[in-house]
Amino acid sequence: MPIRVKVINVSKNFGNVVALRNVSLEVRKGDVFFIIGSSGSGKSTLLRCINRLENVTSGEIWVEDDLVTGPKANIRKIREETGMVFQSFNLFPHLTVLDNITLAPRIVKKVDKYEAEDVARSLLKRVGLLDKERAYSEQLSGGQQQRVAIARALAMNPKVMLFDEPTSALDPEMTKEVLDVMRDLADEGMTMIVVSHEMGFAKAAATKVVYMDNAEIIEMGTPEQIFDNPQKERTQRFLKNVLKS
Amino acid sequence: MAKIEEKQSKQKIEITDGVLIPARDDSSIFSAWRISFYGAIAALVVLPFLSPEPYSHVLKFIIGFDENWRFDIGNSGLVKTFEVTVLSIFFALFIGLLVGLGRISRISFINRLCTVYVEVIRGIPLLVQLFYIYYALAKFVKIMDISAAVIAMAICYGAYIGEIFRAGIQSIPKGQMEAALALGMSRSQAIYRIILPQTIKVVLPPIGNEFIALLKDSSLVSILAVSDLLRRGREYASTSFYYFETYTMVAIIYLILTLFFSRLVAIMEERMKINANQS
Repeated sequence: MPIRVKVINVSKNFGNVVALRNVSLEVRKGDVFFIIGSSGSGKSTLLRCINRLENVTSGEIWVEDDLVTGPKANIRKIREETGMVFQSFNLFPHLTVLDNITLAPRIVKKVDKYEAEDVARSLLKRVGLLDKERAYSEQLSGGQQQRVAIARALAMNPKVMLFDEPTSALDPEMTKEVLDVMRDLADEGMTMIVVSHEMGFAKAAATKVVYMDNAEIIEMGTPEQIFDNPQKERTQRFLKNVLKS
Repeated sequence: MAKIEEKQSKQKIEITDGVLIPARDDSSIFSAWRISFYGAIAALVVLPFLSPEPYSHVLKFIIGFDENWRFDIGNSGLVKTFEVTVLSIFFALFIGLLVGLGRISRISFINRLCTVYVEVIRGIPLLVQLFYIYYALAKFVKIMDISAAVIAMAICYGAYIGEIFRAGIQSIPKGQMEAALALGMSRSQAIYRIILPQTIKVVLPPIGNEFIALLKDSSLVSILAVSDLLRRGREYASTSFYYFETYTMVAIIYLILTLFFSRLVAIMEERMKINANQS
């Protein structure tokens, strides 16, 4: 399978704090790539470097043939191709659900209004919220908001979806409805990079798992390798702690 | 402008014009507002009725009625005051929006320029600015009286309103900009489509306060040969020598206007609260 995202020796410092140290990884088309690890280990920073919401300090990131980290990078094109879903949903509160989804296709990709709305409705159907197209975000539950946010990212027809702790702000019931949507996406072959604490979901849906600690990648492998047979002592300790609770 | 910033901290110390905005749920201020407002209206009606000479004449003169109670717009201090206030707030909003955007600009030159503008203007009294534009600059360019008044007020209030816009923009959660950028929008698209529409809601009440403050400060332009309410009063008093009576009427008219617009701002705030809860 062709490589979709390639991270080469990336380091990132915030002042004196090291957020990423020599991180390298490859994400192939169709991968469901999970990044796990405790808070503050650099997982979200890595994700945010991929669509350049953060600039790397050194190293290279490629999204297909585009160098994200280069000075001449076409950042907007890269962002069009990488959909992002945030922990806090970040729906636009002054717009309806439908407008949330159609705005970017219309003003960034210049898609015709009716065409954008057709696409939006089919996406809303996919996430089970077709009846909410006229609603505003504050009328929706957290799980519904996150599903709309996923539909909004999908409307740009991205090649990679980045999920930054998509269920961390949700209670278990709503978590399930969001994970179901993500599961469907994975089954349809979407390339996904997911930062998450949902170990059960990672076990079931991931094609590859990376464990990060203290700004570094400690261990990388298939879910079976990481969850059932971790090699590194630090990985074993982390999994013991999270799976116990 | 102080209001937005104070929302974040729990302790609220309000000392600006916003302090006496009469909201319905604040009964002590609301009843104080009613006493003042209806009291002022009663005084405005009763005084000319009891003693037409000079109260009725003062009123006619400053509001702009001739002897036969025909309205003469050219001699109306009331219309002039509104003209100066509305024109000034219009240009001040325009300047304020530009300055507010400049204050959050990433281009350091623009950012610095706007910050210096705000610092300089806020450090000079409005009356001095009026003198400066009308008299001092007359050395180079002669600016007509009402234009000078509007320019000075707009430049001055533009600085304050700029700070309101800046605070309003910065009060929008960071995630909104990030979500817009992540969808491929440019920074200016994100500001225009996502950030500013949300900012308007936040800044409307403090801008209402600035409007009221500007209405009051517009009395300063009477020194520039602009025939506003206060100037008309001065003209009447200096020929008739009814100083007490004239300035009493002037004060009452300003009071009624200010109280009226305070309540209007409060109603606007209440409406927006209801809208925010409904939608």
